[in-house]
Amino acid sequence: MKWQKLFRAALDSILKNRMRSLLTMLGIIIGVGAVAILVSLGQSAQAAIADEIGGLGANLLFVSPAPSDAGGVRGQEGRQNEITMADVDALRQQSIELGAVSPATFSGGSQIIGGIGNWSASIQGVSPEYQAVRNWDIAQGTFFDQAEVDGRAKVAVLGQTVADELFPGQSPVGAQIRVRNVPFKVIGVLEAKGGGLGGDDQDNVILAPVTTVQSRLRGDNSVDVVFASAADPGRVDAAEAEIKAIFRSLNGISDPEQQVVDVQSQASILEFANTALNLLTALLGAIAGVSLVVGGIGIMNIMLVSVTERTREIGIRLAVGARGGDVLTQFLIEAVLLCLFGGLLGTGLAFGFAAIASALAPFEVTVGMDVVLLAVVFSAVIGVFFGFYPARKAARLDPIEALRYE
Amino acid sequence: MSTPSTATSNSPAASASGEPVILTRGLAKTYEGAEPVHALRPLDLQIDRGEFVAVMGVSGSGKSTLMNLLGCLDTPTTGSYHLDGVEVADLTRNQRADLRSQKLGFVFQGFNLLARTTAVDNVLLPLLYDRTGRIKKPRDRAVEALTRVGLEHRLDHVPSELSGGQQQRVAIARALVNEPAVLLADEPTGNLDTRTTVEVMALFQDLNDAGITILVVTHEPEVSEYCRRVVELRDGRLIRDETVEDRRDARRDLATDTPLIPLPE
Repeated sequence: MKWQKLFRAALDSILKNRMRSLLTMLGIIIGVGAVAILVSLGQSAQAAIADEIGGLGANLLFVSPAPSDAGGVRGQEGRQNEITMADVDALRQQSIELGAVSPATFSGGSQIIGGIGNWSASIQGVSPEYQAVRNWDIAQGTFFDQAEVDGRAKVAVLGQTVADELFPGQSPVGAQIRVRNVPFKVIGVLEAKGGGLGGDDQDNVILAPVTTVQSRLRGDNSVDVVFASAADPGRVDAAEAEIKAIFRSLNGISDPEQQVVDVQSQASILEFANTALNLLTALLGAIAGVSLVVGGIGIMNIMLVSVTERTREIGIRLAVGARGGDVLTQFLIEAVLLCLFGGLLGTGLAFGFAAIASALAPFEVTVGMDVVLLAVVFSAVIGVFFGFYPARKAARLDPIEALRYE
Repeated sequence: MSTPSTATSNSPAASASGEPVILTRGLAKTYEGAEPVHALRPLDLQIDRGEFVAVMGVSGSGKSTLMNLLGCLDTPTTGSYHLDGVEVADLTRNQRADLRSQKLGFVFQGFNLLARTTAVDNVLLPLLYDRTGRIKKPRDRAVEALTRVGLEHRLDHVPSELSGGQQQRVAIARALVNEPAVLLADEPTGNLDTRTTVEVMALFQDLNDAGITILVVTHEPEVSEYCRRVVELRDGRLIRDETVEDRRDARRDLATDTPLIPLPE
């Protein structure tokens, strides 16, 4: 019964002193705003990275040759770990945990001539499964097939950037390009993927049959990495172990500690990025939290001044029958309301900043509901914490003294 | 130990039985210190329902101390004090607050209204702290109280828009709104000019005629002439307790303009 009345009295007092209320809230507004925007930035960056890595392809695993003394165990004298096409075929046949497997051979950044001029892009030799592994669709034309891989066909699929640069406003399908004087026929264009993790352009790429790149551009049989996808998203770890085991048996190694290949999963990359970002978010949040505490002290300061300034009012209330607890409750409600309003305004500020940041940052910045909830709850807690001392001081006033106060 | 809530239940019975509103036995207050100050020597005082008493005395006579004790704002050093049948001396702080809320109405020299708060909201203030729920429709009651003091046309005015006399009438309405057993007025005319003083006394006489018990602390002899009984303190002791002979009628004084007796200064 009393609560609503005391609540109204508290609200009245805030509204009757708008300027003072606003100034009191300012610290909380800035503090909550700062915490909300910084935490949101961190979360949005994490989401963007998760998106990015998800865009690499579902359940992607990277298999690369291990350094020869990996795991602290030295390999055989003079032996260099490497992956061959035969290994890839064996992996494809023996594995049960893997879905698609594609070798990849890189041919550095190469000058490409064709269309309206020349352009530099990275050349990757892959197999048709690459599309499935990377979860990458064709926008125009077709991808090459196994027959073209077997026949070392000089065909190429262009990334969106290459297509735009060399064939602006027209379809490159059917056109000829030359890579280091080797002519390739363009048979398809990939869908745009956007910027990569390090800010590099994933679309600035040309895909060709792995065999063609090996024989025409590299002049060897090596495979730089194998892209593989786990058949079951929940069993990425099992797939990783299986790959390592298969490569050990292919190389006749029985020691389970000795690795021929390194396997990196998206999960591990994601985890690493998340750990780094979590740390950063926590650090920024803590710094902003300091400003929130300063804001809370501001509330306490003004509330103390307010109690002194309103000594006579408190005396009147006590004289007409208010209990100390009633006065305490009213002042506490005032402090909490001030903090809550401040928290809400601060969250509003964060939404505004998020809109600006979204326009400036390479990713979308959103203020999550959890951040809003946290900010509001936290500001209420600050209100109780920093409002209690002034409120208690008010409640303990002697009515006789308070009424005499000038 | 009697509590305010039981006090509420027996107060109608108490009034019916004619029990005194205020009854003190050896009520005394001493301020301890290097040299103890006997602000109030043991005092026996009885005030019955319907009385209109002036408590007089010069500064330092102990009348403010008595007022604070009777108003349940302070606790006595020794002695007992029954307010409307409830022993006050050993009540807790909260119980005294409840007692003030139920049985007392205060009028102060400085009006003590909440600034930036309308007359009706000021009058509502005591009802905010009513724990008994005995007052239904608080706002109607506040309007009623303001009507009773003649301010029904000033309900939504804030104190800064009212004259001193009007502000004091708002304060009187606030003191009446909880239907107190006794209305305590501490120098209610101290900040008012002569005519307004008589107006306020006229209001008090009207209220007293309607059965309300009033106790006025004052140092102005003219004010006491409108009361029915005068009690005078000096150095913490009761030196006079007598019925007012030839009590002045404030209404008539206002009508004839006689009152405006030059107050000796």
